[in-house]
Amino acid sequence: MEGIKTNTGGLGGWLEERLGLSAMREFLAHKTVPVHSATMWYYFGGITLFLFVIQVLTGILLLLYYRPTATEAYESVQFIMTRVQFGWLVRSIHSWSANLMIFTAFVHMFSVVFLRSYRRPREVTWLSGMALLGLALGFGFSGYLLPWNTISYFATKVGTDMAASLPGIGPALARFLRGGEDVGGATLTRFFGFHVAVLPGLATVLLLVHLALVQKHGISSPPWVERKFRAQGGKTPQMPFFPNFFLREMMAWYAALGVLGSLAAIFPWELGEKADPFVSAPAGIRPEWYFLAPFYTLKLIPSRVLFLEGELLGLLGFGLLAVFWILLPFWATNRQGMERTRLVTGAGVALLAYLATFSLLGYFK
Amino acid sequence: MITERRNLIRTLLGGGFTASLVAFLYPVIRFMNPPQVSEASVNEVPGGKVQDLKPNSGKIVKFGSRPVLLVRLNQTEWRAFSAVCTHLNCTVQYQEQRRQIWCACHNGFYDLNGNVVSGPPPKALEEYLARVRGDEVVISRRA
Amino acid sequence: MIRRPALLFLFLLPVAALAKDSCLECHTAMESAPALKFPKDVHPRRGFSCADCHGGDRNADDPEAAMSKAKGFRGKIARTAVPQLCAHCHSDANLMHKYMPQQRVDQYELYQTSVHGKRLAAGDGSVANCVDCHSVHDIREVKDPQSPVHPLRLPETCARCHADAGHMAKYKIPTNQFEEYRKSVHWAALAQRGDLSAPSCASCHGNHGATPPQVSSVAAVCGNCHALIEELYSKSPHQPAFAAMGAAGCVTCHGSHGVLMPSPAMLVGDKSVCVQCHDAGSAGGKAAVEMAASINGLSAALKNSDQVLRRAASSGMEVSEAMLRQQEAQATLVKARVAVHAFRVAAVGQLAQAGLAAAAETRRAGEDALKERDYRRMGLAVALLAILATIAGLWLALRAIERNPQAPAEAGRR
Repeated sequence: MEGIKTNTGGLGGWLEERLGLSAMREFLAHKTVPVHSATMWYYFGGITLFLFVIQVLTGILLLLYYRPTATEAYESVQFIMTRVQFGWLVRSIHSWSANLMIFTAFVHMFSVVFLRSYRRPREVTWLSGMALLGLALGFGFSGYLLPWNTISYFATKVGTDMAASLPGIGPALARFLRGGEDVGGATLTRFFGFHVAVLPGLATVLLLVHLALVQKHGISSPPWVERKFRAQGGKTPQMPFFPNFFLREMMAWYAALGVLGSLAAIFPWELGEKADPFVSAPAGIRPEWYFLAPFYTLKLIPSRVLFLEGELLGLLGFGLLAVFWILLPFWATNRQGMERTRLVTGAGVALLAYLATFSLLGYFK
Repeated sequence: MITERRNLIRTLLGGGFTASLVAFLYPVIRFMNPPQVSEASVNEVPGGKVQDLKPNSGKIVKFGSRPVLLVRLNQTEWRAFSAVCTHLNCTVQYQEQRRQIWCACHNGFYDLNGNVVSGPPPKALEEYLARVRGDEVVISRRA
Repeated sequence: MIRRPALLFLFLLPVAALAKDSCLECHTAMESAPALKFPKDVHPRRGFSCADCHGGDRNADDPEAAMSKAKGFRGKIARTAVPQLCAHCHSDANLMHKYMPQQRVDQYELYQTSVHGKRLAAGDGSVANCVDCHSVHDIREVKDPQSPVHPLRLPETCARCHADAGHMAKYKIPTNQFEEYRKSVHWAALAQRGDLSAPSCASCHGNHGATPPQVSSVAAVCGNCHALIEELYSKSPHQPAFAAMGAAGCVTCHGSHGVLMPSPAMLVGDKSVCVQCHDAGSAGGKAAVEMAASINGLSAALKNSDQVLRRAASSGMEVSEAMLRQQEAQATLVKARVAVHAFRVAAVGQLAQAGLAAAAETRRAGEDALKERDYRRMGLAVALLAILATIAGLWLALRAIERNPQAPAEAGRR
């Protein structure tokens, strides 16, 4: 494409003088995406973003009717599902999209690991991405309580109990999360605040950082692809972002929309029963699928290992694993600047296998 | 040929995009329009007008998903209890002659505090709060 | 000097537990069964010992002194003497109320009116006396689940004699009551659901004054719990008819001990009880058929609407309010079945009509929910079509662009 014409006349010219959009158009016109056998993995970041936007939109709509108190939350969700026009659709899309978003976020993360997009100079992009993943899980955990049904009540109880068992900060952290000693109306109000204000604010900032960095550094190609083309004396083939990749991305987004709508219409999200703190936890209570792997792992650890309480050991283990994983770009390269490719691949495969296996085990056991 | 192709693309894209936009906006706009019953009633349920229930009589009122027995003792006193018998879940009723609450299924009796007087029920009826607001009786859960 | 009263006080405190009981001491050392069981009994807890029933001196260590006739020692109590012995304390209001102010003291009086009591007074030692039911030497409170007269164990206790053909042979009464009772809904409520208010032997026959109810009072006995049904029955044409025939109410149709869950099959069909008296063509026979038809019709309508609601619920539709209404409709079915005991077609018919109306409502709600589900799926199909068309357009535009790399990027792009 030749240089973009800068609008000088009419409305375009008026906007150009004030917003200076031609610079952005110039930039986007030159943005490219590498073309190779693994190009399809590049869609997942965008799909995650798309699903996040859907969450924000459906979330805003739900805000028109939802009431964040223990006495009214369940009834307001019931109201949305039964009385509000298309309330069932908005709510079911919100719940399904939440799950799909976390799934695509994990796919995106693993594709970054296996395609080695975390390498210099994209370390901060990786860090911001890990923070975003943490926020997504926080969104999931806080949002899960909001319908105030039996499952969500007990899942929150189990989750905050785990936080309470951390050494030193545990009880204070649990108290902060719960807004009191037990899970109750105060917890609901607090989680609501996190879910609609705190987390979206943080997510917006981090998203802007993440996206800005992606634009700045461009889209990375896997090292083996780069090597192959360098050996042939050329560069990795690229396709223009506009219109080629963009059109493809639009197809992917539309397909995601179709999948979401179908799930919402054919498998509407259930209401459950109103939470009753005085009833004992139903048998087989378990968290949503994205927390199943650590949940099942904790179940397997014996209650005492040497001098440590089993659950504590498990949580510390997860903490260490998380820190280790977040610092991946920094240990993926050795002192001499050589890629520890096999180590990273091994770690990635191991983590993926662990998460997949233990999630399945947690679901069926 | 190319023009035809271009027109097909234009039609599909334009038509499809517009149609999908409508399919998206139509539910959203209808969603934002508040329904007829504008609120979910939760903690409080109207029990009818004061003059509709005579002294020393009772009636069943739906409270969320459960039946509640509203009893008017005299001109000024009202009581409300869960109408689900604690024996085998039949719906209880008010008996004027004995001024007690009776379950027809197995002849259980409760007094006007909800306590079991005779018969098989193992425990008392849960009490609700009945208050007069203006010319209406309002039933709510006890705090 | 001042200390002695204080010391005495110390000794007086644990009087009941520490008072001398030579009977128990020796017989426990001898490991005789009654002595070993005795600590579980309620009597020693209140300071009573062997000597209070068997006589003798509990303070004497020497066996001859302890078990001397002069001190009133009786040895083993004869079976026919047991009730009078127990009544010596248990009919004494002033004594009993020292330990349990609300304890009844009329058990012996009632016992004497019972068949057991009358035969015992005539010298028959094989009828039940106090210890046959309450056990002896390890007597527990009735509310103790290990007591043989606890509601959950009472039927077995009665059955010990009443189900023993050999034992009952000389009295010429049947011995199948316990077997029958165990098939009944009352036993199921008691043993399986743990509902202690469910009737067992004593509920209908009395406990101390155990006598089978007279024919004319059976309905009143059942009516203690089934009050509404007894009221309907007593106003129905069956009551005078049965009374004239000398047939007992309730048990003539439902049985006495083996009361099963009733159903419309009792009205018509090969298990019908009505045909035992009423010919098919008679007014009664026809009424039975009509009542059964009303009830079966309502039952079928409710099953139908239940199915529709379930289908709607399993496809994700929200039908909780309709399900509530369905529960109310089920209650009318119960009321219709109860109304059979008025033995008038109109009584059953009216309630069945109300129930049918409710069932129709809920079925309509379920069908509306299913229609809404279909509407949603239609909407989904339309939306998916639009989405697929857009994706097709995007794909074609992409192909067009990539086929001609020199062509301007506007081709096909919105």
